[in-house]
Amino acid sequence: MNTFAYFKERFEQLQPQEDQGGLDKLREHAFQAFSQMGIPGSKHEEWKYTRVAGLFNREFQLPADPLTGSISAEDLKRLRLPGHEQASEMVFVNGFYSFALSRIRSSGLQVLALEEAAKNGFRETVSKWLGDSGQYQKDGINALNTAFVHGAVFIHVDKEQHVEHPIYIYHITDARSVNILSQPRSLMFVNEGARLQVVENYATLGNNESFTNQVMEIIVDHEARLEYYKIQNDGPHTNQVSTTHIRQIGGCFTHTVTISLNGGLVRNNLNVVLDAKNCEAHLYGLYFQSGRSHIDNHTIVDNIKPNCLSNELYKGILNEQATGVFNGKIFVRQPAQKTNAYQSNKNILLSDSCSVNTKPQLEIFADDVKCTHGCTVGRLNEEGLFYLQSRGISEKTARNLLLSAYASDILEQIKPEPLRRYVEKLIHHRLEKDLS
Amino acid sequence: MLTIQNLHAGIEGKKILNGINLDIKKGEVHAIMGPNGSGKSTLASVLAGRSDYEVLDGTVEFLGKDLLEMSPEQRAAEGLFLAFQYPVEIPGLNTVNFIKTAVNEIRKYRGEAPLDAVSFLKKMKEKMALVNIEQTLLSRSLNEGFSGGEKKRNEVFQMAMLEPRLAILDETDSGLDIDAIRIVSNGVNKLRNKDNAILVVTHYQRLLDYIVPDFVHVLYNGRIVKSGPKELALELEERGYDFIKNENKAEVA
Repeated sequence: MNTFAYFKERFEQLQPQEDQGGLDKLREHAFQAFSQMGIPGSKHEEWKYTRVAGLFNREFQLPADPLTGSISAEDLKRLRLPGHEQASEMVFVNGFYSFALSRIRSSGLQVLALEEAAKNGFRETVSKWLGDSGQYQKDGINALNTAFVHGAVFIHVDKEQHVEHPIYIYHITDARSVNILSQPRSLMFVNEGARLQVVENYATLGNNESFTNQVMEIIVDHEARLEYYKIQNDGPHTNQVSTTHIRQIGGCFTHTVTISLNGGLVRNNLNVVLDAKNCEAHLYGLYFQSGRSHIDNHTIVDNIKPNCLSNELYKGILNEQATGVFNGKIFVRQPAQKTNAYQSNKNILLSDSCSVNTKPQLEIFADDVKCTHGCTVGRLNEEGLFYLQSRGISEKTARNLLLSAYASDILEQIKPEPLRRYVEKLIHHRLEKDLS
Repeated sequence: MLTIQNLHAGIEGKKILNGINLDIKKGEVHAIMGPNGSGKSTLASVLAGRSDYEVLDGTVEFLGKDLLEMSPEQRAAEGLFLAFQYPVEIPGLNTVNFIKTAVNEIRKYRGEAPLDAVSFLKKMKEKMALVNIEQTLLSRSLNEGFSGGEKKRNEVFQMAMLEPRLAILDETDSGLDIDAIRIVSNGVNKLRNKDNAILVVTHYQRLLDYIVPDFVHVLYNGRIVKSGPKELALELEERGYDFIKNENKAEVA
C-alpha cells in the first residue's frame, strides 16, 4: 500500500536544488494541497462511482528518473499507431518525457523541457498557465501529479503555423518488474491562427499493475484550431486518471474525441473553458468496455464569455461486468449571454451485470442562452435486430451492424483518415470477440 | 408452398390467433383482410419469426420444412420475406451495405459464393429500375428520415434484391397516399411470377385494386371466418366489417 509517508519521502528526495523557474514553488503548493486532501475517496462527490483510492491498496513505485533505456526503438515500433510515418512523435516513459525516443519533425512546433521553458524563453507563459486548471487545489489526484512535476514538457505551436501531420503522443509505462505509478505532465500553447492535430495513446509493457495519473493543460489562442484525439486501449491491469484541461483564450475552435476501449479503471477529466467571445468546442466520446473494466468520463464546459458554442456527444457500450460513469457539467456564467450549449450521453447495456451512472449537470447564470442536455440508457434496439434478421442476416452479424452503426457518428469525428480506420478496426475486432 | 394448420399464437399471455388454416401455392396471391385487432399483423409477425410472439399450437410448413423451428434469418434464407408495416430506421447503417450484407449472408446459407462488387452493383441497378427507387435514397442511412412512401419503396426494393419465394406484405398501404400506393404496387407486381407467392395483409380494399389477389380471406378474432375470390374484398369494402362480426355473433348464438 502506498501511504502518505511514501509520497512525502519521494517528494523530499525529488526536490532538486537548482533554479526551476518557479516549478519548485508550484510543486510545494501542490504537495501541501495533496497532504490536506489525499487521494479522493468514494465519499467525494466527484469520485463517488470511481474508486481511485482503492487502487492504492497495491504498492506502486513512483520512478525517480525516465528509465528510458528500458524502452527500445523496437518496443516503440510495436506501439506506433497508423499515420505516424511523417508525423512528429512525443514519447513519455513512466511519466517522463524522452527526448531520445521522440522526434519533432514539424517546423513551428517546439517541445522543451518544462524547466527550460520556465527559466528561459517562455517564462511568462509557463508561470501564467501551468497549474491553470487550479484543480490541484480542489482535487487530491491532480495535486499528486502537480507535486511531482518532473520530466514534463512545454509544447509551443508558433503563430499561424499549420502543423501538417498529427503529433502522436505515446505514454509508455514499463511495468515489467514492478507496479508503476507514472505521472506525465505537459503544457501546450497553441498560438494565434495555428492549426494542430494531437493523437494520444497509452501502453503498458509487462503484467504488473500500472497507474497513469496524467495532467495536460492546453491553451488555445485566437483563430487557432485544435483537434485532440485520445485513444485508450490498454490492458485490464492498467489504470489511469487522465486530465485534459483546455482554455480557449481567443475566439477559436477545439474538437476532442475520446475513445476508450479497454483498461482496468479509466477516469477522464476533460475541462474546456471558453474564456473568449466566439469560441467553439466540440466534445465527442465513445467507450466500449467489457470484463470488469471501469470507464468514467467527467467533462466540464465552462462558458465565461458570450457567443460561444459547445456541442457534446458521448456514447457508450457496456458489456459483461463493466461499469461506466458519465458526468457532464455545463456552466454558463452571468456574462456568457448568447451561449449555445448542447450535451448528450447515450448508453447501450449488452449484459445484465454491467451498469452505468450518467448525470448531466447544468448551472446557468445568464438569461439569454440555449442549452439542451439528455441522456439515455437502454438495450440494443430489438426491433432493429429483428428487422435485420428478417433479411437473412444472422443475429451476431446483425448485432455487430447495429453497434457499428451506433458508434459511427462518433467515429466520423476522427478526422485523420488512418486513425479513423484504425479505430474502426479495433471496434470491429472487439465486436467480433464480444458478440461471439 | 406454405401450409398453416391450426395455428394458435399470442403475446404476453394474451391469445390472438385461434386456429388459423391456410394453404398458399406457388404463383398465387392471397389477401388477408380483417378489422383492427383481428390478428392480421400477429399472423405476419409469427410467420416471420418475431420472438415476442409465442406459438401455442399448430404447424406451419414452408417449402417442405418446419417454419416454426427456424430463426428469423433462416426463414429469410429459405425464401420468406416480410415487408414491414413500420420499417425500422437505423441511423449510421448505410442502406446499400445493409442490403449487400443480407444478400451475401443468404448466399452463404445456401452455400453460394458472395457476390463480387461488380455483380452486386449490376443486380442493384437492375432492381432499382424495376421498383423505381433512386440512388440518393440508398446512399443514406437505412430508412432514416425517409418519408412513408420512401420506406415502403425501400421494402419493395429489398424484396426485389432478396428474391423471396413468399413475400408477406404487412399493411404496406398504411400511411401512403394513392400515388405512393400505385408506385409500390407496380413494384410488387413486377416481382410476381409463377414460382413465387404473395400474402397481402391489409385493412382496406384499395391496395387490392393494384395487387389483385387470387383469394381473399377474412380474419376475425384470430380465425379465418370467410374465404373467397377477389370479389369478396369489394363486398367487404361496401358492407364494412360489421356484417362479418354480425354473422359470427349469430353463429356463436
